Amino acid sequence: MDNPGVVGAFYLLSGVTVLSSLAVFAVRNLLHAVVFLVLAFVGMAGIFITLSADFLAVAQILIYAGAVSILLVFAVMLTPLADRNNANSLFVLPGVAVAGGFATIVALVAVATDWNVLAEEDLGYRSFATTIADIGQALLGPYVLAFEVASVLLLAALIGAIVLVREEERA
Amino acid sequence: MADFVVIAPALILLLASGVVLFVAISGPGTLRPVVLGALVIAGVFALAQGAGGQNAEAFGGAVRVDAFSVFFAVLIVAATIAVILGGSEWIESRAQRGEVYGLMLASAGAMLLLTQSNDLIMIFVALETTSIAQFILAGIARDARSSEAGLKYLLTGSVSAAVLLYGFAFLFGLSGSTSLQGIAAYVAAAPEGGRLALLFAFALVAAGFGFKMAIVPFHAWAPDVYQGAPTVVTSFLSVASKAAGFAIVLRVFYVGLGGGDSYIANDWAIMFGVLAALSMTFGNLAALMQTDVKRLLGYSSIAQAGNIAVGLAAVAAGSTNGASGVLFFLGTYAATNLGAFVCVMAVSQRIGSDQIRDYAGLARRSPWLAGILTLCLLSLTGIPPTAGFLAKIYIFNSAIQASGASEFTSNLGAQMVGAPPFVANLVDGVVERWLVLVVVVAVLNTAISAFYYLRWARTMILDEPPETSALRVPAGVQGVVAVAAFGVVLFGLAPTPLITAAQHAAAALH
Repeated sequence: MDNPGVVGAFYLLSGVTVLSSLAVFAVRNLLHAVVFLVLAFVGMAGIFITLSADFLAVAQILIYAGAVSILLVFAVMLTPLADRNNANSLFVLPGVAVAGGFATIVALVAVATDWNVLAEEDLGYRSFATTIADIGQALLGPYVLAFEVASVLLLAALIGAIVLVREEERA
Repeated sequence: MADFVVIAPALILLLASGVVLFVAISGPGTLRPVVLGALVIAGVFALAQGAGGQNAEAFGGAVRVDAFSVFFAVLIVAATIAVILGGSEWIESRAQRGEVYGLMLASAGAMLLLTQSNDLIMIFVALETTSIAQFILAGIARDARSSEAGLKYLLTGSVSAAVLLYGFAFLFGLSGSTSLQGIAAYVAAAPEGGRLALLFAFALVAAGFGFKMAIVPFHAWAPDVYQGAPTVVTSFLSVASKAAGFAIVLRVFYVGLGGGDSYIANDWAIMFGVLAALSMTFGNLAALMQTDVKRLLGYSSIAQAGNIAVGLAAVAAGSTNGASGVLFFLGTYAATNLGAFVCVMAVSQRIGSDQIRDYAGLARRSPWLAGILTLCLLSLTGIPPTAGFLAKIYIFNSAIQASGASEFTSNLGAQMVGAPPFVANLVDGVVERWLVLVVVVAVLNTAISAFYYLRWARTMILDEPPETSALRVPAGVQGVVAVAAFGVVLFGLAPTPLITAAQHAAAALH
């Protein structure tokens, strides 16, 4: 992991992610904001790759950069009354204060903590090995119940989507 | 197979939910007997687990059955039965009755899993399953109010889920384990280098669960959702969902963070103490201004959550009675609040209004409902001989006991340079016994709450009714309120069985 290429990529991708996240609320046009959000998602996926979480990276691209961003574009396009402006909001100052405060606290906590860091030899063994098999075995092994209950969750959400938008039957 | 026996009550409810949904789309059938039957079977199964003294883990330690989970399983199933019996007039009149029953069963089933969960991932999935079903239920009436309630609940619920998950991620990152025992092992080693991150993580977790319990400052959704959602759903949220929220908070903080013995116990005692004082004060002051009964009960539930959080603070401060106090309070609160909500459902449906002023003279139009509603309001205030009185005494007593038992020492006095010794001692004494201050705030709040609870009772009893025709209430609803009222009086006069059960359940937490 001390490979300078990987370290360089990590910082480059982190920069891309942070800057495009900032751009999401700085740009005036909502669709441009969505594009920057996608860029932030992709940068995140890149960070996952440098951390040898290959499956997470693929899932990040499929779900966030792909599905979620399409959903956002639809939401922006199909909302007739909202204009396409990333308008000023009364909550800019509180929002910036909360986000800044939270980021400061997270940074402080992250720096001040003795994290469980993998030893050098473990790292060599683990880096850039594929993780999909391990994740699959964990999902159907120790986490099988959570995995199954997640299907109940999805079923409930599906029913909700149908119930809440169905045309009311005239009694 | 043994694994499935452990989660059988939850499994029965989830399966029944599927069956009900299937029957509902295949034509007009009778659903209520199926729903109630499944609930009764699940409740009996949970009781059998409790009677057999089962204490086992299943699915690789993701869930466990113990006296604690059984206590909440019985509480949640009983509350769901009462909600369905009391609200069947409304539910049966809806085109979406199949979905209402199905989602309620799914939500209750996931709650049972939640109270059994012993692993962060399981906790999260179970919590979200029960929440999603509730978001939909809140919006299911489809009018403007109900849709607004559903959307607000969904949005705040999603944010709280994100906050909770972020806290979980920190806990996992520190301990390298998703199981509560694994986290407990990390905390027991008292690593100073992890202290700050641990505090941050448990603050995030408390915030995430705080939404579920509706404690200040995570309460903002509660009044709007309580008012906008159909009353049946509101009563379900205020009793079953709140109980499940407190159950999982107790389990995570007691098991995972090592209860009152952990090296960060004082920090979380103070956090819950502050949250409790804020909740009680804000909830009661805001309730004073309400004219809508459901909104009033919404703010009242925030205040009551504050009372229960006093118990959480007592647990953290090392009280041996804190956890059983929380359980006892939740049991009596379920009976009291269900009684109040079923009365409100029955009355509001007939007078077509949720305004307190329209309850005027209810005592003359329906002495039965007005009497029981008054009894429940007395219990919510905490006036003897009702259950609410004993519950408050028990929980406050545990806090006072803990304030003496706490090894928390203040050095604030020593730092006050130049202060006379008696001032320094006084400051130290107050700071070391800060839990007593929380109890003082709680008692003052009880006095405030008496004002709005009793004002409502006075309107019902003394004011002139707009019309004098008697309100006709079906026998089923009368039965439910009678059972709830019986519980309120019984737990107030003969609380020993419930207290024993609560202590037994609390002892199973480890």
